[in-house]
Amino acid sequence: MLSVQIRKELHRANSPSFVLDVAFELPPGITILFGPSGAGKSTLLDCLAGLAKPDAGRISIDGELLFDSAIGANLPPQNRLIAYVFQSLALFPHMDVEANVSYGLAKLSPEDRRARVDAALAAFHVDALKARKPAAISGGERQRVALARSLVTSPRVLLLDEPLTGLDAQLKSSIIDDLRAWNSAQRIPIVYVTHSREEVDALGERMIAIDHGRVIDSGPPQHVLDAPRSKRLAQAAGFENLLQGKVMDLRETDGVMRIRLEASECEIEIPLGYAVPGNLVRVAVRAGDILLATEQPRGLSARNVLKGRIDSVEQRGTIVVTRVDCGVIFTVNVTPGAARVLELSPERKVWLVLKTHSCHLIAD
Amino acid sequence: MEALFLSIKLAACVSAILLVCGVPLAYWLANSQWRGKFLLESIVALPLVLPPTVLGFYLLVAMGPRGPLGRIWQAAFGHGLAFTFGGLVIASVIYSLPFAIQPLLFAFENVDRELLHASAVLGAGRLRTLWRVILPLSVPGVITAIVFSFAHTIGEFGVVLMVGGNLPGITRTVSIDIYDHVQSLEYAQASRLSLALLGMSFTVLAIVYGMNRKVGRRLWAPWAAKQDARC
Repeated sequence: MLSVQIRKELHRANSPSFVLDVAFELPPGITILFGPSGAGKSTLLDCLAGLAKPDAGRISIDGELLFDSAIGANLPPQNRLIAYVFQSLALFPHMDVEANVSYGLAKLSPEDRRARVDAALAAFHVDALKARKPAAISGGERQRVALARSLVTSPRVLLLDEPLTGLDAQLKSSIIDDLRAWNSAQRIPIVYVTHSREEVDALGERMIAIDHGRVIDSGPPQHVLDAPRSKRLAQAAGFENLLQGKVMDLRETDGVMRIRLEASECEIEIPLGYAVPGNLVRVAVRAGDILLATEQPRGLSARNVLKGRIDSVEQRGTIVVTRVDCGVIFTVNVTPGAARVLELSPERKVWLVLKTHSCHLIAD
Repeated sequence: MEALFLSIKLAACVSAILLVCGVPLAYWLANSQWRGKFLLESIVALPLVLPPTVLGFYLLVAMGPRGPLGRIWQAAFGHGLAFTFGGLVIASVIYSLPFAIQPLLFAFENVDRELLHASAVLGAGRLRTLWRVILPLSVPGVITAIVFSFAHTIGEFGVVLMVGGNLPGITRTVSIDIYDHVQSLEYAQASRLSLALLGMSFTVLAIVYGMNRKVGRRLWAPWAAKQDARC
């Protein structure tokens, strides 16, 4: 168990000072650290690894103190036994793969070292690359070598800062499988920073969402991502529609409230939240959660049916991104098949259907 | 020719001392967060801007029988420091210091900080990080530092004249010897020595610049790894 409770003020040029102020506990297993860029994720990892010093707080692993401002304790990074895979990977360019992986095992005898290195290289399927320099292997192989180099040291905690950025989905999932297999034996806390929904879905056990230096939510990833608590988090979680509106009235018995969207005539019903009539609020809706119809739909359970006109239709890979003007612009994702059958094209009159519970009230 | 060998001996001593002292000093300058660091940086760079005679004058006073350096030396070795080979080495080390520090500092500061962090989280202390990561990635800078201190020491004149005087075989370096020959209108000897110096300097520089990138890293890294495995 890794217990963290730290506060650190950062002074950045040309911007107001930033305060990281977090407290949480991490059990063994993978915890995803999620948040928009600039939220304080890397600073947090640096503090855990000992590369940055918090102004105040306490960090301990299984009761052993790593940092405590109260008694002035601060273990240097080389004594923390916390492994860290950087976004840049930071493989030593002048050493071959084998030398990179054995770097953290200086205290072992040459025989033990060789055995451990061979096992780690095999576990991450890079044993054939031993004698190559980092510049002579592929991006995916470098990522595997970086993982092997960190894990071969038997760390007490593993920190991963977007280690799989830039890889295709198949390669990602095979590396994630290797990481999972390795940790099923070791059972250490792993902190995994990522923006990628793919990685979240593949790894998700637990998630901590941070923004502006604070923990704003935690729990199972689906729970955190499907009801984001802030605008920046909603954007990071892939909510394409972020609409501003005014609370018209609350219907407590129905558990809903009506919102008028921005300067339009559009009104939608969303789940009841902390607001009173007249408040300005933000509503987030995923583009994939909106239905699109070319005739006025009837007899639906969905309470929000909005009339509009197609503004643009654009195919991106396997989804068709349609922008619909209902007084406010909505982004709606449909499949290429649906777009073909419905003959979606600009200027076409359409209706949008939004389920009440697909509309999320978020705080700024 | 005696003067030429003296110059080479002096330059070799100075380069060796500067390498041993320069690496930790440059490492400290590259990594320290100390606020007063700029003061030390200014002191290290002083010989670049001071006329050699000013530096030589202060060194001569310090090394004299009543100067602090001179007294310590007298107590330790039983003879004075001014006008000796030892005094010349000390003066040259100070005079050539920036020529060793600048390339080292530049090379150390250019090593990706993330690599240093990676080394630390993998359990390496500062010394091991310096030996296994910083130095191997700074080989061109180290070679440049050695060559610059060597060349600068060979070429110095003012400081040697002030501190060393002109004692044949002890402090008469080649640059002073050439000056002497010219003063006594012995142009043939002056020309011979000058040509030797010119040829030697060019050859050394050409070899070093030619080898710098290609060979240095390839030689150093495996050797350092072997040393490391032993300790």
